[in-house]
Amino acid sequence: MTRHIISVLVENEAGALSRIAGLFSARGYNIESLTVAPTEDASMSRMTVVTSGSEDVVEQITKQLNKLIEVVKVVDLSEAEHIERELMLIKVRAGQKEREDMKRMADIFRGRIIDVSDNTYTIELTGDGRKLDAFIQALDPGSIMETVRTGTSGIGRGNRVLRV
Amino acid sequence: MDRVKASTLTGAEIVVRCLQAEGVEYVFGYPGGAVLFIYDELFKQDKVKHVLVRHEQGAAHAADGYSRASHKIGVCLVTSGPGVTNAVTGIATAYMDSIPMVIISGQVPTHAIGLDAFQEVDAVGVTRPCVKHNFLVKNVADLASTIKKAFHIAATGRPGPVLVDIPKDVTTHSCEFQYPESVAMRSYNPVRKGHAGQIKKAMQLLLEAQRPMVYTGGGVVLSNAAPQLRELVKLLGFPCTNTLMGLGAYPATDKQFLGMPGMHGTFEANMSMQHCDVLLAIGARFDDRVIGNPAHFAQNPRKIIHIDIDPSSISKRVKVDVPIVGNIADVLDDLLKLLRDAKPQDIGQWWKQIDEWRAKDCLRYDRNSKIIKPQFVLEKLYEVTQGEAFVTSDVGQHQMWAAQFYKFDQPRRWINSGGLGTMGFGLPAAMGVQLANPGSTVACVTGESSIQMCLQELSTCKQYRLPIKIINLNNKYMGMVRQWQQFFHGNRYSESYMDALPDFVKLAEGYGHSGMLIDKPADVEPALREAFARKSELVFLDFITDQKENVYPMIPGGKGITEMILYEDL
Repeated sequence: MTRHIISVLVENEAGALSRIAGLFSARGYNIESLTVAPTEDASMSRMTVVTSGSEDVVEQITKQLNKLIEVVKVVDLSEAEHIERELMLIKVRAGQKEREDMKRMADIFRGRIIDVSDNTYTIELTGDGRKLDAFIQALDPGSIMETVRTGTSGIGRGNRVLRV
Repeated sequence: MDRVKASTLTGAEIVVRCLQAEGVEYVFGYPGGAVLFIYDELFKQDKVKHVLVRHEQGAAHAADGYSRASHKIGVCLVTSGPGVTNAVTGIATAYMDSIPMVIISGQVPTHAIGLDAFQEVDAVGVTRPCVKHNFLVKNVADLASTIKKAFHIAATGRPGPVLVDIPKDVTTHSCEFQYPESVAMRSYNPVRKGHAGQIKKAMQLLLEAQRPMVYTGGGVVLSNAAPQLRELVKLLGFPCTNTLMGLGAYPATDKQFLGMPGMHGTFEANMSMQHCDVLLAIGARFDDRVIGNPAHFAQNPRKIIHIDIDPSSISKRVKVDVPIVGNIADVLDDLLKLLRDAKPQDIGQWWKQIDEWRAKDCLRYDRNSKIIKPQFVLEKLYEVTQGEAFVTSDVGQHQMWAAQFYKFDQPRRWINSGGLGTMGFGLPAAMGVQLANPGSTVACVTGESSIQMCLQELSTCKQYRLPIKIINLNNKYMGMVRQWQQFFHGNRYSESYMDALPDFVKLAEGYGHSGMLIDKPADVEPALREAFARKSELVFLDFITDQKENVYPMIPGGKGITEMILYEDL
């Protein structure tokens, strides 16, 4: 079982997302995360699916994705050098006592405080999933009020490009 | 003057014009609220003929049978809600066997979608897992191009059913109509030609083989590649097996044919699949009913060449050595070019081994029985129809016996639900087959349980004067269920006995057909002769057969392909 990041270019049509999500559930494939948004070409969306499975299963996943009529291109990013990033927004308790510590912790992780109230901070943090996990680990669980993560987006390094 | 321009048409008119442009001969369907405007347009023309079924499942199966027997695209038309949900079993049946079909379903008006309107169901959502693709057309301007795409997608690549869901208001809106001549889709470009290097590798493996085996499935039939397959097998002198979906691709009466492989395949076919050193798989998918347990199958080393149009069929259950993705007819043409001057190994020893396996006579049964043996009926059916009939079947023991005992020499003559295993398929499929081949002999081999699942279509047969011969192997049990219960559930026949059966003769007569009851072996052949002589009538032949008969050989579920239970073992 290895982790794979699969990038998919799909026609930006109603129902394309449910077709892909449906494929994963119907065939029993894992989805760790799935992100989707239009690309610079508005007729197409790019989806990043993080999945795990044996080599055989991942080969089937890419073949089955390619078989969907609306799928234009599929690449397993983890086959070569790539970069992955995820965005997290996390709301933490930041009363008078904790404010300083919390600010310092955000700085250490290169997070940005994007909203402040009398007793809360909302911190924006990007990185790969492990970095976001580490930040959560570093906080006192009692201070975390809410988290929201986008799931992983990925892109190949250097000249490696996924486009039509 | 309602129309501004002559070429401005309503959505309903466009649907019918598209069907005409596609050369659709028959639409199998059932009207309802959401498709009334389309039916109104069908009424006003006579190019596209409509066949009124009695249940939408029948419409889908009939369109499917029509396609299987004709290599044309089957078309059905159903209304929203229950219309489309009733058709789902038929759509899934076609999907599992890769049958090209276009299903047009009505939908509630666009402004009512999502409001739980009367007869509303999310047709695109419900059918998504069992179609090759589907569309919801919300704008009349997209209607013609969508229907064009649907026909294109259904028939190309690995074929399959495509559903087009059309809201009622879209059928009333107007736009300029022009049927596109071609389709270009950047996301869908199925390959035809196989990779030349891979084909060369395949050729080398074939020529080095000491114990070769050719294993072909439904793909050869769908690709119309039976002539190429015959030439290849003859040229090489290799043994050949056809799966349940592939029967008829290679002539069953030829001595190089080893019968069907798999759960109820012949001893010789299964042994050869396991013990060969080079396996040429063409348009087949190594499914669980063919190779049994994949771990057991992998125990014997062999090189596998796999030709298939669908990359996802390759190395799905069994790792292959030489994958070739392409249209089978094209790939075989290229392979044949390389093989015509080549010389394969002498495989006399291998044939000797195969003949020893053959000598087991694994399809043997008790020919002296005083009760009618179902196998005997099928042997006689083959004789009486001189092997020329189109045979549809339902699902269960009768299906396996038909596959074993009716020797198909031509493709597209054996029409059955192999993948989904849909009871109720046989009769409506036979309607499609008969309409595609008027004047030909069509037999529906069924059982007392299966036939009751789409029995209502006897009425459709009457309306369209379809002279199908129904061969009902009546053992008063869901035979295959009973067989599994006997073997694996301690003879506890839980709910597999069919009590309170109708009098099938009277039932057939009630629908305006004729029926015969046959309960003695000596009457089997005369009854068949009499029934098939009645060329213009549907005859329901109710054969009272042995309740205890089992299908042999049998590979128990989860076992290896050579771990067969044989008749002689019991």
